[in-house]
Amino acid sequence: MNVGTHLKFEVLRTFRNRGFLIVTLALPLVLYCAVTPGNKSKHAMVENMPFELYFMTGMAAYGALFAVFSPTTRIALDRQRGWGRQTRVTPLRAGTYLSAKVATAFLVALPCLALLYIAGTAFGVRMSASQWLEMTGLLLLGLIPFIIMGITVGHLAKAESMPAVIGGLVVVFALFGGAFGEFFNSGATLKVIKLLPSYWLCQSGKVAKGSGGWAAEGWIVVAVWTAVMIAVAIPAYRRDTRRA
Amino acid sequence: MSIHDEAPPGVRLVGLTKSYGPVKAVRGIDLTIGAGQTVALLGPNGAGKSTTIDAMLGLSRPDAGTVEIFGRGAADAIRAGLVGAMLQSGQQPEYLRVREVVELTASYYPNPRPVQEVLELTGVAEFADRWATRLSGGQSQLVRFAAALVGDPDLLVLDEPTAAVDVAGRNDFWRVMREVAQQGKTIVFATHYLEEADAFADRIVLLARGRIVADGPATEIKALAGTRTIRATLPGVETERLATLEGVASVQRHGDTVILSCTDADTALRALLSGYAAARDLEVRGGSLEEAFLELTDDSEDGVSATPEAVIQTETAGVNS
Repeated sequence: MNVGTHLKFEVLRTFRNRGFLIVTLALPLVLYCAVTPGNKSKHAMVENMPFELYFMTGMAAYGALFAVFSPTTRIALDRQRGWGRQTRVTPLRAGTYLSAKVATAFLVALPCLALLYIAGTAFGVRMSASQWLEMTGLLLLGLIPFIIMGITVGHLAKAESMPAVIGGLVVVFALFGGAFGEFFNSGATLKVIKLLPSYWLCQSGKVAKGSGGWAAEGWIVVAVWTAVMIAVAIPAYRRDTRRA
Repeated sequence: MSIHDEAPPGVRLVGLTKSYGPVKAVRGIDLTIGAGQTVALLGPNGAGKSTTIDAMLGLSRPDAGTVEIFGRGAADAIRAGLVGAMLQSGQQPEYLRVREVVELTASYYPNPRPVQEVLELTGVAEFADRWATRLSGGQSQLVRFAAALVGDPDLLVLDEPTAAVDVAGRNDFWRVMREVAQQGKTIVFATHYLEEADAFADRIVLLARGRIVADGPATEIKALAGTRTIRATLPGVETERLATLEGVASVQRHGDTVILSCTDADTALRALLSGYAAARDLEVRGGSLEEAFLELTDDSEDGVSATPEAVIQTETAGVNS
């Protein structure tokens, strides 16, 4: 059993789907470049951050969130085409399969982040190397529950409902998490919002203003969501052997 | 394999039962396939072939019964790389070239055959650089066959391998299969073509309505399945007497109706008409496999006649030694 070959083809298949990849990478970048110039001159600071940084972190969270759902449609199509069942009658291990999906999701998210960082820098974002790294590290950690959510959804929903399901999940989590701006920043609503892993994903960028990364609550929320998603994903994968 | 080694059979199914909602897809299948045998699971649509194969491969959990492959559980045998399978109507994955599909599958197995060798053996090499999704039905089938072979498994399971393949494609497929069978693999394939089962298998297991209705060497099953029946309204004649007519194998009576299962229906019909002028409402049925199945299973279902006549269990059917 050669794990490298499986991962290589998994990544190759994702990156050969050019149309999908281009839209995934371009969307947050285009939104960022379209919104930033005008607003940068209107609002110098938002939430104590320069606009170009504030919106860059928001679009990074949104874009990466969208990117990590890239294996989802692939999984659903593979199931529909009978390829999922076909791999089940080979010695391919569940662990190899799932970790290759996770790795692929990260590999789509990384260039998405890189493009936004480049655009941000062009619009005047300046941070220390450790701040860039800390932000990126927290973004990647915050994506984990969503990657597993995406794999689970791929094994549960039909391919034709994927645009609606993925679009819905990404928009809801991005909006309530604060990727497009913090609409709920006080009181009881905020308490609920803080239970969303996407809130902490969006907060990853806030380290840039020196807030010291996630509060303990953030680590717990992300860990619990990850655990719950794994608990749902494994039986969803195991049981998914029926004829399409 | 030494004579003294009690090698486990390639496949052993015991009391396999599976329902999908109210539909009893498989109703108690016991089947032992010796290592190295080539066995056809023959039956019409809905006979339970795919359900049996799915359970054999651990793709569905049977309601009751056990599956063993070379003495291990299905999942275990699959993980050990002992199984190669071609499932029904699987399509090729997107964004992979033909060669890559085979390479990828090879990478899952502990001791795969060289990819190029398998591509050439199956005739896939000619179009190995094309996208796997841009193939004709026959080509796609050959690719799936190559993928089933490339892991060099001891057991090959093929669910209707030639469905949706044209005649030329079928011939190519069986030519390769013959070469593979000679390498001592255990092969189980499902088909609803009697000719394929007859031409290729050592042994045919005839399935209908979720049960094994006949099991034996290909020639015997072929004779059985090729049987035609004559129905006639003929009161007051003993079935034993009718059974002695030339061309008649067995006779059943349902009220005034007699049903003659024939080895030679033409001869039997002539003999019936010349011997029994009272015979009327004559009907010659059969020829098709489908009808032979229905005939066999209708009787066993309704309990109208004793099932033992309908179920032929030949001595050679068990594990080969």
